[in-house]
Amino acid sequence: MTTKNNKFKVIGTRPIRHDGTDKVTGRAQYGADFSMPRMLSGKILRSPHAHAKIISIDTSSAEKIHGVEAIITGKDLPETANSDGEDRKVTLGELSTDLKYLREGIMATEKAVFKGQPIAAVAATNVHIAEEACKAIKISYEVLDAVITAPEAMKANAPIIQEDLRTTELGEKLNSQTNIAEHLQDKLGDVDKGFDESDIVIEREFNTSTVHQGYIEPHNCVAHWRDDGRIHIWNTTQGPFNVRDATAEVLNVSLSAVKLTPLEIGGGFGGKFEPYLEPVAAILSKKTGRPVKIVMTRSEELEATGPTPGSNIRVKIGATKEGKLVAAEAVLKYEAGAFPGSPVAAAAACVFAPYNIPNQSVDGYDVLVNKTKTAAYRAPGATNAEFASETIIDELAHKLNIDPIEFRLMNASNEGTRATDGTKFHNIGLTEVLEAMKNDPHYKSDLSKPKTQNKIRGRGVAVGFWMNAGLQSSVNLALNQDGTVNLTEGSPDIGGSRTSISMQAAEVLGIKAEDVHPSVVDTDSIGYTFGTGGSRTTFATGWAAYEAAKDLKNKMIERAALIWDVDSNLVSMNDGVLNTNGSKNKSMTFKELAIEMNGSGGPIMGQGTVDPKGVGKSFAGLIVDIELDTETGKTQILKVTCVQDCGKAIHPSYVEGQMQGGTVQGIGWALNEEYYMDRNAKMSNNSLLDYRMPTSLDLPMINTVIVEVPNEGHPFGVRGVGEVNIVAPPAAIANAISDAAKIRMEVLPMNPQAVLKTINENNRKL
Amino acid sequence: MSKKIHVKTTINSEEVEFLCEPRQSLLECLRDIVGLTGSKEGCNDGNCGACTVNLDGRIVDSCLVFGVEVDGKEVNTIEGVAYKDELHPIQKAFLENAALQCGICTPGFIVASKALLERNPNPTEKDVRFWLAGNLCRCTGYDKIVRAVLDAAEKMRVN
Repeated sequence: MTTKNNKFKVIGTRPIRHDGTDKVTGRAQYGADFSMPRMLSGKILRSPHAHAKIISIDTSSAEKIHGVEAIITGKDLPETANSDGEDRKVTLGELSTDLKYLREGIMATEKAVFKGQPIAAVAATNVHIAEEACKAIKISYEVLDAVITAPEAMKANAPIIQEDLRTTELGEKLNSQTNIAEHLQDKLGDVDKGFDESDIVIEREFNTSTVHQGYIEPHNCVAHWRDDGRIHIWNTTQGPFNVRDATAEVLNVSLSAVKLTPLEIGGGFGGKFEPYLEPVAAILSKKTGRPVKIVMTRSEELEATGPTPGSNIRVKIGATKEGKLVAAEAVLKYEAGAFPGSPVAAAAACVFAPYNIPNQSVDGYDVLVNKTKTAAYRAPGATNAEFASETIIDELAHKLNIDPIEFRLMNASNEGTRATDGTKFHNIGLTEVLEAMKNDPHYKSDLSKPKTQNKIRGRGVAVGFWMNAGLQSSVNLALNQDGTVNLTEGSPDIGGSRTSISMQAAEVLGIKAEDVHPSVVDTDSIGYTFGTGGSRTTFATGWAAYEAAKDLKNKMIERAALIWDVDSNLVSMNDGVLNTNGSKNKSMTFKELAIEMNGSGGPIMGQGTVDPKGVGKSFAGLIVDIELDTETGKTQILKVTCVQDCGKAIHPSYVEGQMQGGTVQGIGWALNEEYYMDRNAKMSNNSLLDYRMPTSLDLPMINTVIVEVPNEGHPFGVRGVGEVNIVAPPAAIANAISDAAKIRMEVLPMNPQAVLKTINENNRKL
Repeated sequence: MSKKIHVKTTINSEEVEFLCEPRQSLLECLRDIVGLTGSKEGCNDGNCGACTVNLDGRIVDSCLVFGVEVDGKEVNTIEGVAYKDELHPIQKAFLENAALQCGICTPGFIVASKALLERNPNPTEKDVRFWLAGNLCRCTGYDKIVRAVLDAAEKMRVN
């Protein structure tokens, strides 16, 4: 359902997506579907140890295998130091990283720092030969002690993962060896004074496991290092320009030497921004003069791409007996993986964002562990942190005997509320989300009764916050003589964004969504466009389409003025019809002008580029009913309603889809998913059988309520919708478990073992 | 390299012959030898269902079947679901219900759903959820997929 009337003609409707037919017939070409003549298959040999010195690599036997065309090791990647001997930095979209870390992650030189880290790679005439060759490469290692949780890695005697790492302590570099890459801190008001003024204070410590995005399509690429020096890459990526730039940095070539053609993408959720395979395939291609294709296996995906971090979180919140939040404190220890860069800064910005709390203190630690380097996953950092804070908010509400939604409404962030970092919120829709939750038939209904004796039921609520991103996008529009428009853009379409972008152009031009033909093109064929992530695509690339459409419209008005021989100020275009008033009273349709285009002055194109600042921050809430089996500890989701402020839903079906998908990823994170690490820091459950993501049978329908508080920072009011919906589910489910079993969960996942353990501990205390 | 084997089979009602190594899966044969890339590889160990095809009337994960096993058998893939330029009602229902986001799991879901509706033209929501539990989708949360299959079933019953 949507909550407001629609004043638009195209926006808010539900056209069939432009790429739909190709995707339901198997014709759509995804990365792994692409192949070329004379193409070789590549395979990466990976470290079997989580932490080990590489003593020697012997490729001689592997080289003799018939069909093996090239073998490379870490030494084949270019040096990362500049001519002064300083390590180069590389900007990857929003973040800057040390190039040496990026390179080591792609292929190790001296030391392996996580299980699955690439050590060597083979190109052969088929993938089976490449696999045989990998097995024939002899590597000797000196195995070192590994450390896999942030609290362990922060201890003084912990094994050191990166010998040259020094802590950035509140902006200053320290000078001793450490696994703590950064300690950051945000403070607001006086937190000690705030706790003194509180009548009730609750403090808990939470631990959450590493979880994976779990996109169904593994990473893949084909690279061809051509004779003219250009490197052409076909792959699956969220960020064609991001991966182009990073690949060029690693290969030490000019960024425009790389041409990246993004093929259809089978899910990403933040995990497909990294250049894992592209530099390897490119170097193998250079060595052989032939295109090289590499496709990851599922175990490579789980062990060696970028999941979201496990974390250790301590949260303390104080309130008055009237129910006013007064003070909040958090210490966030996030696993970066084996190289710096966890999303702990984002977590710090999110942990208390839903509430007006005058006194706050948040400490964040970015901590190296012997696991694969983490990457973005849907509102990265927020879910862990808000699982902790939203659990305690719920407990405060219950102890104060205030309805949990009412308690949140009493303390909700609003216009002008100060966030943890002191900035003020503007134009946000949390109160509207909470009101919609309170008034939803789901929340007003009575909780149904269990049918058997060992089952108990509970209801929980929680809200989530996420910042969303803006960043750069480009769109070109070209008018066709039949009155349709070709739209070219650089945002890979993960969930219907070709259509939500085209609809914004169509709205401006007064034509149908179906009369826009969108194409996602390669990095040679469109202006810079940051990747599909940060809930930014419909917001920013959609805005670029709006600007391009305005440009096209102005040019069509000028052309009509030329044809009618009137001043262009006297021509207007509304609902796809051009008119001139005054002495000559004429009109022509969009299509009629298109037919005359080539005979009246030539082609007409529009262009739009944006770097928007008016990013709309977003809130979503979840109401969930669960049934808990007290014998097995298993939690079943009975009923679930996701409420989200979307600003303006361009294509409501695909907005609902984001809400449903994010909710279910949150349910998987809450109940099942985890990296189960064995004693040797190796993942025991590296398949989709044992890394258990939700199936259709685990779930009910996912109800959605779209709330529309227009974002003043976007011409149509759009807020990003992709991410925030994953944040609330773990806390909402924990709160439902608490409602049912009168226990407070402090771990993710809340699988049967964890729930039974908590019930037993609770029984012992009674 | 092992000796290649000659396989003669029927794929989407057409007779097809190909040569493959004994170790190559049906999925690999379809994608890399026959050139039908509509069946997708998500895990290559039978856990995601993206490579679902219909083999002699049963749905199977084509990554778990060897190419040589389909000699003399009948294989139906996503490429054979539409009739010439007319989409199957399930395909139409997936589009109308926005039952796909990234689309990588879609071919497997459509092949599996078609087999369900051929057996059971009037499934309940639970029937659909049970039948499709071997197909993983990470984008949609399954809601719109289940609705699309129920919608297609209703339209197919009417026609």
